[in-house]
Amino acid sequence: MQRFSGLSLLRRGLTGQRGWQPQWRHAEPQAAYDALIVGGGGHGLGTAYYLAREHGLTHIAVLEKGWIGSGNTGRNTTIIRSNYLFPESAALYDHALKLWEGLSQALNYNVMFSQRGVLMLAHTVHDTQVAKRHVHANRAAGVDNEWLTPQQAKAFCPLLNIGDIRYPVLGAALQRRGGTARHDAVAWGYARAADALGVDIIENCEVTGIRRDAAGAVEGVETTRGAIRAPRIGVAAAGHTSVILRMADVELPLESYPLQALVSEPVKPVFPCVVMSNTIHAYISQSDKGELVIGAGTDAYTSYTQRGGPHITSHALEAICELFPMFRRMRMLRCWGGIVDVTPDRSPIIGRTPVPGLYVNCGWGTGGFKATPGSAHVFAWTIARGEPHPLNSPFTLERFRDGNLIDEAAAAAVAH
Amino acid sequence: MLLIECPYCGERPEPEFVYGGQAHVARPREPAGVDAEQWTHYLYLRDNARGVHAERWRHAHGCGRFFNALRDTTSDHFLATYKVGEKPPAAAKGSR
Repeated sequence: MQRFSGLSLLRRGLTGQRGWQPQWRHAEPQAAYDALIVGGGGHGLGTAYYLAREHGLTHIAVLEKGWIGSGNTGRNTTIIRSNYLFPESAALYDHALKLWEGLSQALNYNVMFSQRGVLMLAHTVHDTQVAKRHVHANRAAGVDNEWLTPQQAKAFCPLLNIGDIRYPVLGAALQRRGGTARHDAVAWGYARAADALGVDIIENCEVTGIRRDAAGAVEGVETTRGAIRAPRIGVAAAGHTSVILRMADVELPLESYPLQALVSEPVKPVFPCVVMSNTIHAYISQSDKGELVIGAGTDAYTSYTQRGGPHITSHALEAICELFPMFRRMRMLRCWGGIVDVTPDRSPIIGRTPVPGLYVNCGWGTGGFKATPGSAHVFAWTIARGEPHPLNSPFTLERFRDGNLIDEAAAAAVAH
Repeated sequence: MLLIECPYCGERPEPEFVYGGQAHVARPREPAGVDAEQWTHYLYLRDNARGVHAERWRHAHGCGRFFNALRDTTSDHFLATYKVGEKPPAAAKGSR
């Protein structure tokens, strides 16, 4: 692997940018591996990286039906925070946040993690009470979160219109360690680092079946590029997890919905942080390229189309125009949808399935990007050892049968 | 935005409707005799079909009534809508 450094960038910059090599190999599928990861997004690529790096499993492959990062990894609004309500969730998401803080160094790849602060607005008395409860719960759990008055919120984000709107801002919760990262760089950085450790990253390879032996354990997969044997399979296929797991007769408590986002034309740096509003439903940040990145809500119905209704995006834009009147004349460049897999309690499922050798990492719903490093780290542990890491042990598939739900529905930053 | 054919009112725009999830999920007739696995199935497990999906809608800002629909979740095209209590139209089933 060609390592990046300030010196190497400078040298190649002065010599016409010649001599750069591809960042990862275009691997052909082999007949057998020690483990397979289905899904080449951030969670799947990260899992392969941690399997190779921390558990010594290097003869493994990531199977991706399109190109890596083409699913929700490349479609989300890149917001990172860990201010979840329940101790189980706060521990899992804060584990991810701590890994984000060292990720560029660990991967030798700039994921452009920027801790610019995530400001979550309260517009009603109920919002205020819920937000303060979150602040207190987070602080008790060792996760930074603080309550700001409307004037303090405006000082932190000067563009914010706190008074002259239908639902005035009554205060805000601020997580200063939160922020954004470059989503594509996360996929590319993990792919590059995993590849350097010997992992095969196989694109344009769609899994069409899961093979099982007489005892029911997994033997391998059938793909559009032939059959591949492996005794362990980890599925990180986001919105298509139900489709993959049905190949092994595993039913999941998942429903897949379209979630839309949009970006504006690029402008000069104008927006200093991330702002989210649950009540009037919008979230916004500015990318380093200058585009305003705006998240809308999910559509009402399940779908696999990767698109949604325009009334959903216009609803989000109406809220943005209320909160930030100076954006009213901005033009939107693109909008798109991703398919998110939502569980009944809005918490992920990371762990074993009833099928021996088959593991699943799914149910991240509308907010999986922020968890990418933590999710990948504990999922790799689970696959390597055959049992969950302490951080993901509450996030089992069995919790729905046993009644141990982790009901984070109220803790989402916006109501989807 | 979807155009949805209410069996009572005809074709109307999506914002008049509320989605009601998967159709034909029957509550166990004798709850006391149902074990945890069966409750899990009833409460949480859903087909999440990629393809033809039988689902409930309610014409909330119209006649107010529930009805069922068959929709292809790979294109969002409605194949049929039908009244509660009726069987899913067989002709529409499996067509893409």
